[in-house]
Amino acid sequence: MSTLAVHDHAVAHHEGDHGHHKATFLNTYVFSMDHKMIAKQFLITGISMAVIAMMLSILFRIQLAYPETSFPLMETLLGRFAPGGRLDSNFYLSLVTIHGTIMVFFVLTAGLSGTFANLLIPLQIGARDMASPFMNMLSYWFFLTASIIMLSSFMVEKGPASGGWTIYPPLSALPKAMPGSGMGMTLWLISMVFFIASSLMGGINYVSTVLNMRTKGMDLWKMPLTIWALFLTAVLGVLAFPVLVAGVVLLVFDRSFGTSFYLSDIVLNGSQVQPFEGGSPILFQHLFWFLGHPEVYIVIMPAMGISSEVMSVNSRKPIFGYHAMVYSLIGITVLSFIVWGHHMFVTGMNPFLGGVFMITTLIIAVPSAVKTFNWLATLWRGNIRFTAAMLFAIGMVSFFISGGLTGIFLGNAALDINLHDTYFVVAHFHLVMGSAAIFGMLAGVYHWFPKMFGRMMDERLGFLHFWLTFIGAYLVFFPMHFMGLDGVPRRYYAFTEFESMKQWLSVNVFITWAAIMSALAQVAFLFNFIHSIFWGKKATQNPWQANTLEWTTPVEHLHGNWPGEIPTVYRWSYDYSKPGAEEDFIPQTVPFSQTMSSNLPHDFEDNPIGLEEHAKWTSTQKRNEEVK
Amino acid sequence: MAQAQQDDKLNLAPKKFNMWIFIFTSFMFFAALTSGFIVYSGGTGHGINAKMPSAFMYSTAAILLSSVTMYLASAAAKGLQFAKQRMYLWLTIALAVVFFAIQVYAWYVLVTQMGIYFSNPNASQSFIYVFTGMHLVHILAGIALLGNTLWRSYRNTPQVKNLFNMQLSSIFWHFVDIIWIYLYVFLLLNQY
Repeated sequence: MSTLAVHDHAVAHHEGDHGHHKATFLNTYVFSMDHKMIAKQFLITGISMAVIAMMLSILFRIQLAYPETSFPLMETLLGRFAPGGRLDSNFYLSLVTIHGTIMVFFVLTAGLSGTFANLLIPLQIGARDMASPFMNMLSYWFFLTASIIMLSSFMVEKGPASGGWTIYPPLSALPKAMPGSGMGMTLWLISMVFFIASSLMGGINYVSTVLNMRTKGMDLWKMPLTIWALFLTAVLGVLAFPVLVAGVVLLVFDRSFGTSFYLSDIVLNGSQVQPFEGGSPILFQHLFWFLGHPEVYIVIMPAMGISSEVMSVNSRKPIFGYHAMVYSLIGITVLSFIVWGHHMFVTGMNPFLGGVFMITTLIIAVPSAVKTFNWLATLWRGNIRFTAAMLFAIGMVSFFISGGLTGIFLGNAALDINLHDTYFVVAHFHLVMGSAAIFGMLAGVYHWFPKMFGRMMDERLGFLHFWLTFIGAYLVFFPMHFMGLDGVPRRYYAFTEFESMKQWLSVNVFITWAAIMSALAQVAFLFNFIHSIFWGKKATQNPWQANTLEWTTPVEHLHGNWPGEIPTVYRWSYDYSKPGAEEDFIPQTVPFSQTMSSNLPHDFEDNPIGLEEHAKWTSTQKRNEEVK
Repeated sequence: MAQAQQDDKLNLAPKKFNMWIFIFTSFMFFAALTSGFIVYSGGTGHGINAKMPSAFMYSTAAILLSSVTMYLASAAAKGLQFAKQRMYLWLTIALAVVFFAIQVYAWYVLVTQMGIYFSNPNASQSFIYVFTGMHLVHILAGIALLGNTLWRSYRNTPQVKNLFNMQLSSIFWHFVDIIWIYLYVFLLLNQY
């Protein structure tokens, strides 16, 4: 070593020369370290996984609607998993498990955060790229590996994991417990190890980038709500995922090394006494839900941030209660760590402890309600532009309200004991975190598509997509509340064996057809998405007339985002329809000195010189007025 | 633009921050394991019921000493004394290997002399292996990081990068040291 290399910052640079590498197909599209390309990789992988998970759900919906009917096509497609054209009962459980796993982790965690944190964090805070572009690239490749391993479990003889996406032991800990507990479960665990590594690498980068790499003038209180949401989501992930790792490590030891962390007194198949003693399956539930509950906020918070931004832009109004929005996000972040017990009310938990978890759970209603009212107040008397993105953002709020209300039911220990593991729970979380988060994601896709691909998506297909999906999702999930109230349990293969539940068969048929309709509606989206990438209308630089920094970058992507210097930020991102301004939006890069007519005293809170200038200007204006 | 990327490459503070966040994740991991222990032993009434092997005392001494040599290596790097920096890095790695060996020896003592097995109906005792084993995984990562810094210091690395590598390794190394002390104290407090 011993050389003291001095880097001369003033070395002449060559315009358009990338300096250290040539752009090849491989490093542009495959092993890209550019955050915009990585975002697209995440998005396309996420959409593919979502389509797969959706098809799985249609398969098990068909089983629920027609439990006695044989579909020869099913056997052609699925082979041994559907003998005689009827879904195998173990495979049904696998479908439910993998549908849940893919949707929660691969679509709504990696697909949502991965896409929009990668795309928006550097672009909206004014950075050239992430803190560590290399780690960012690894994050995507670990995610892709995890996806492939998860899907490959359909190829093993006994099928994929089938103990539910929460993989409670003993089903997950004893390889012989059920067909899916063998190789399928092993692959599930390997896949999740890659997935967690991916999301930790991503999350570490997002947090570090937001805290360290904001452009000049971009203080925390000038950040758009998308950034706040994605930042807090990353913080949640960084704190919660390691706990899942701990839980999974102990599970792997129980599975393969004969320890008894989670296992105790088990007899398999009626005769084989297992050598495990003294373990506690509840311990796994504690470790799992300590991640699992923050996880649902990891899913919904990016959707909240995206909706806030999209609704503000398309209402042509500042977001109502910006500070309250941020504080409620922070509140949700903190509270999410002390509510995990509400998933475990029926584990024999001490009722007093249950009461504590009940109170903390119900307190989450406060920040959630703050956000909801703020969204509605943002719409109130806005100059609303019903773009496809706007419709999806409003849809997100709708689902969040109707799903959130049933959360108050389920948060109550006394009610949850009746409703636990019924379709009421299925209805609740599919609305509040499933549909709401998907709608937030779709709002983001429609809104930032021009930024990602330089072209516009077709609005009319977007409307078709929205209305069919919106109505379809309600038709699917709303009737499930009533099934749940009647005590119909979730995850059951067929209800024909139970006298009291037979009457729900007609509802199941209805739900299945609604689900098929919503699934077909996604074809409109997929066609629109793929067609627009290649043949969509060319986008202008700022198609939505938005204030945030990403719209100041050129339409053509370049590594480093801005051709010259990174712009400086002077104001928050929500100066829409400001009285006295020439246009109904003022980008963050416009200094107050250029907008004298629309400045207000509170724009100069920590800026006495600016305030003085403002006072001088207004008094001159007044004097001129009098002269006239 | 090339200029901009050059700036980004030299902007090492965010990368150092990445290391701090990673340490947070590691900390959460060990916090989860020890909380798991508390939930388990509190819920089932099983305790460790054994005295920790004295080998852990020696390994603690080794890793504490390695933190000192790590500090000396950083100080030497800052003072541009590169031969000294390399020597202390070698020493730190050697002490890390010693620590590793003593930990494995402690397992040997646990198994052969105390009859405490990993595969055990009393999972409190299995937890001893989980704590030490997971910590050893971190030690291995630390050795890799130290080795990388050492290897690069033999290369023609600019001092900015050299100092950066040193900072990353020392943040991580002091962290695994502190984590071991935490785990050891935790185990000592839960012996009976």
